[in-house]
Amino acid sequence: MTEETQDSVPEPQRIERGEAFLDVRDLKVAFPTDDGVVKSVDGISFQLERGKTLGIVGESGSGKSVTSLSIMGLHPPGVAQISGQIFLDGQDLVASTREEVRLLRGKRMAMIFQDPLSAMHPYYTVGAQIIEAYRVHNQVSKQVARKHAIEMLDRVGIPQPDRRVDAYPHQFSGGMRQRAMIAMALSCDPDLLIADEPTTALDVTVQAQILDLIRDLQREFNSAVIIITHDLGVVAELADDIQVMYAGRAVEYSTAEDIFDRPQHPYTWGLLGSMPRIDRERTERLIPIKGTPPSLINVPKGCAFNPRCNYAHLNGGASETDRPELLDTGNGHMVACHLSPQNRRQAWENDIKPKL
Amino acid sequence: MTTTEPTPAVQKSSEVLLSVDGLVKHFPIRKGVLQRQVGAVQAVDGLTFDVTQGETLSLVGESGCGKTTTGRLLTRLLEPTAGTIVFEGRDISHLREGQMRPLRRDVQMIFQDPYGSLNPRHTVGKIVGAPFRLQNVKTEHGVKRAVQELLELVGLSPEHYNRYPHEFSGGQRQRIGIARTLALRPKLIVADEPVSALDVSIQAQVVNLLEDLQEEFDLTYVMIAHDLSVVRHVSDRVAVMYLGKIVELADRVDLYENPMHPYTTALLSAVPVPDTKRKGKQERIRLQGDVPSPINPPPACRFHTRCWKAQDICKTVEPPLIQLAPGHQTACHFPENATPEQEATATAAAKA
Amino acid sequence: MLAYLVRRVIGAVILLFIVTAVTFSIFFLVPKLGGATADDLASRYVGKSVGKEQIHQTAERLGFTDPLYVQYGRFVKGLVVGSDYNYGPTTEHCPAPCFGYSFLTQTPVWPDLVARIPVTASLAGGAAFIWLITGVGTGIVSALKRGSVLDRSLMSVALAGVSLPIFFTGLLSLSIFSYGLGWTQQGGTNPLDETNPIWWAYDLILPWVTLAFLYAAAYARLTRAGMLETMNEDFVRTARAKGLTERDVVLRHGLRAALTPILTIFGLDLGLLLGGAILTETTFSLPGLGQYAVIALQANDLPKVLGVTLIAAFFIVVANLVVDLLYAVVDPRVRIS
Ligand SMILES: Nc1ncnc2c1ncn2[C@@H]1O[C@H](COP(=O)(O)OP(=O)(O)O)[C@@H](O)[C@H]1O
Ligand SMILES: Nc1ncnc2c1ncn2[C@@H]1O[C@H](COP(=O)(O)OP(=O)(O)O)[C@@H](O)[C@H]1O
Ligand code: SF4
Ligand code: SF4
Ligand SMILES: [Mg+2]
Ligand SMILES: [Mg+2]
Repeated sequence: MTEETQDSVPEPQRIERGEAFLDVRDLKVAFPTDDGVVKSVDGISFQLERGKTLGIVGESGSGKSVTSLSIMGLHPPGVAQISGQIFLDGQDLVASTREEVRLLRGKRMAMIFQDPLSAMHPYYTVGAQIIEAYRVHNQVSKQVARKHAIEMLDRVGIPQPDRRVDAYPHQFSGGMRQRAMIAMALSCDPDLLIADEPTTALDVTVQAQILDLIRDLQREFNSAVIIITHDLGVVAELADDIQVMYAGRAVEYSTAEDIFDRPQHPYTWGLLGSMPRIDRERTERLIPIKGTPPSLINVPKGCAFNPRCNYAHLNGGASETDRPELLDTGNGHMVACHLSPQNRRQAWENDIKPKL
Repeated sequence: MTTTEPTPAVQKSSEVLLSVDGLVKHFPIRKGVLQRQVGAVQAVDGLTFDVTQGETLSLVGESGCGKTTTGRLLTRLLEPTAGTIVFEGRDISHLREGQMRPLRRDVQMIFQDPYGSLNPRHTVGKIVGAPFRLQNVKTEHGVKRAVQELLELVGLSPEHYNRYPHEFSGGQRQRIGIARTLALRPKLIVADEPVSALDVSIQAQVVNLLEDLQEEFDLTYVMIAHDLSVVRHVSDRVAVMYLGKIVELADRVDLYENPMHPYTTALLSAVPVPDTKRKGKQERIRLQGDVPSPINPPPACRFHTRCWKAQDICKTVEPPLIQLAPGHQTACHFPENATPEQEATATAAAKA
Repeated sequence: MLAYLVRRVIGAVILLFIVTAVTFSIFFLVPKLGGATADDLASRYVGKSVGKEQIHQTAERLGFTDPLYVQYGRFVKGLVVGSDYNYGPTTEHCPAPCFGYSFLTQTPVWPDLVARIPVTASLAGGAAFIWLITGVGTGIVSALKRGSVLDRSLMSVALAGVSLPIFFTGLLSLSIFSYGLGWTQQGGTNPLDETNPIWWAYDLILPWVTLAFLYAAAYARLTRAGMLETMNEDFVRTARAKGLTERDVVLRHGLRAALTPILTIFGLDLGLLLGGAILTETTFSLPGLGQYAVIALQANDLPKVLGVTLIAAFFIVVANLVVDLLYAVVDPRVRIS
């Protein structure tokens, strides 16, 4: 699992347990394919405490799901090359055996997925699937587990849980299925919940219900939550911190307030400019990001965003040759961009802010 | 939603291009040994609206409310159960396939899934050129030239002519679909969730493209979407659908600033906004539960099972879709944001 | 669900009816088209040596001179309630289900069939058991170890299995184990009810394995393909995310979903085999339905051929029905809608 790290200095011994509850350090995930190596995640680091929510945003293919599957240890063995460290409450998951990680899955960390219909087994009842999740980690009788499943269904707001427990997933509506998925994920009271696009397949009204539910449950269970989405509105609802990803790397990382009120990275500007906003005056035209996201087999040299960036020419060629590191620009607001502070402020004040 | 915006001053043209009256589509449900019809999915249940030349009318609503079915009825990919569709003064509701041929040039549809609607074994040239061949259209410099011009028009390169759909990204595929749609210079385009499957940055590109094309070719759009932010950006007028019915139909500005149907209010308030200052403190209207089944829709006002304003009358008397303000129709006994006169109008209409 | 069941059963009955009609017309029309008259058919019963007059009388007595639909009606009646055959001096009752009398032996066909069903059923059932276990097992292992040496060797063997004809593998195994090593006996079976089951299995082991090899190969390939597909499904990822052991993930979640199409094909294969495993029975000289069919065909004994065909058709239709109903048991989505 460990790959030689060419460009990072060996980590000093003292931090081997990690600092935060979840501490991801220089995570890299690559998939060798016939066309070349797909560098899906190329060195990301973040920390997350219990009771806090991290939002990961980015376009599709930017490595969000791969990141979350790495934390859960869900990449099939031999398919992905993973390096770096993922500390969950002090235990390095990358260095742990598969069996050790399996015992944590579902118990200390759980995940809900985008499409709850395909994520549930069509042949088993919703109850049976929750009972199974509970009994893997708890030595209890079927009756006890069933009672627990009904309680969980009730907790996530499914009406008549004692009857619905015996229904099959296809008999549920989309929103109910996602609630059931949440019940299943939370059945062992995990400390970390990862929600990968949990509302993308749902209608706005149901999305709002599910986001409320996740927020309430987090308060109740005091778990750490990672919410992955391409919808900036959704992260704004839930996240304390936000990591913006582009082409397998974090390009900006800060508090949600900073990201929305004082974004610093041209890609983040682009994302905010492309989305029509219902809370602002209607603009005549959207400002799209030109071009398309790069292939992760042939990531552009220098800053991966440079072919699409309107400011790449301001950096004397650095954007095309040097990969910018994610650096603190003050107050923990991390940005990976070569723009000088003056240029950045000017661009934000003059070009971007007035148009958002 | 609180900001004011001038109503679009120039109504581009007030000529009615498409007129729909009492449009109904029920899909029969068959059961039992003899496959008798035991009921029907009331997918679309009595729509009445006009589309004027050059405007963009959007249909919004939760999934399953009948938007796609409406789109397929308008393009006559489906046969209506009842009601009439009049296009350019001609009743097209029950035209047979042969009679539809010329109409197919004028009315085109763009689909949500840019990949599923493109034949993976055909080159882009063949896909975009197909309408010319199907309709036997003579082109000035040959089909290839015409196709290459179309590709350029939608922001693709003419060199893409010999490539296959799988070599393109989602946004590019949607452009291919749009190029095909434009081949025969249609008058009306029904676009079913044209940007829903695309990433935000790409979505903006395609939205801009659709707007440019509308300007250039004086196109009329019926836009089907569920993303209310996108809808506000692209539409001139918006029809909000719930369980096969239009519950509110208004000018874009009116609808977003002064929504009158409780369902519209709820939809708007559910949209997540990329602004942390609103987090938590916003007074939210949260609809409970899911949309009921269109097989057995609730009687009278179909929204009453989820409406926080529902009274007894809502369960017994169906509120008609009536004009409460100029160009603003609503179907509710107790409209939101209404003046006392408007409330009186609504009450009177229910009694009539 | 009940309506579904009723509809399927009615459908199956109608299908069987159509099958008998078509088979009957083929068997009685074809000789006619070939120029054979009713008298020619009758002569099969009484022999050519008797006088023309007598043959014609026999033909009339047996109803060969009646129009086809009348004959068919009589045939169906025989199947359902039995029928009486008038042999001049005596009238013989042929109890239901009456498939008629053999041209050659003049005995009713049905008891012959009944006698042979257990042999074929033993052969088919035993082989099915073996191929299900080995085929599906191999498929799972191959899918989980995709691309490995093990996978490739198993799949090569499987490919050989599907492509080698049964008389080749059968004769090969016979010459090695029976003639060569003398481990097993050739031909003949012990009925299951009277003898020690060991002897029953001992006599059948070689045909079982040979027949199962053919099917196991196909099932291994099928299972492998199905497993590769389902193991990529989202619900398998969910199962892993719960922390289930890999064994539970594979068997309870992956295999459960992959098994449905296999079940369908299994039902049909078994139905087909119950109607007679012609090649296997011939190769191993087993007195089953398949062998019976071959003998009847060679002797041009139409009533027997007709009987065997109808039995085979019956098994196939019933297997189809059972598969459809099982499908509803296995897949709740079918059950409810
Ligand atoms: N098993 C795999 N083999 C090869 N490439 C993969 C695999 N899983 C993911 N990828 C690639 O990794 C990149 C990131 O994927 P993902 O994390 O799913 O993106 P998203 O941000 O949309 O969730 C994509 O380009 C995807 O094609
Ligand atoms: N061909 C069909 N047969 C039966 N029911 C259908 C058919 N097409 C759509 N429906 C049903 O009609 C309703 C409206 O569907 P649709 O128009 O696709 O909604 P939307 O596009 O708003 O999501 C849904 O309940 C759907 O299940
Ligand atoms: S480093 Fe250069 S190309 Fe990359 S975002 Fe900054 S300005 Fe743009
Ligand atoms: S008519 Fe009644 S139930 Fe329907 S939307 Fe208006 S207030 Fe609500
Ligand atoms: Mg993803
Ligand atoms: Mg639709």
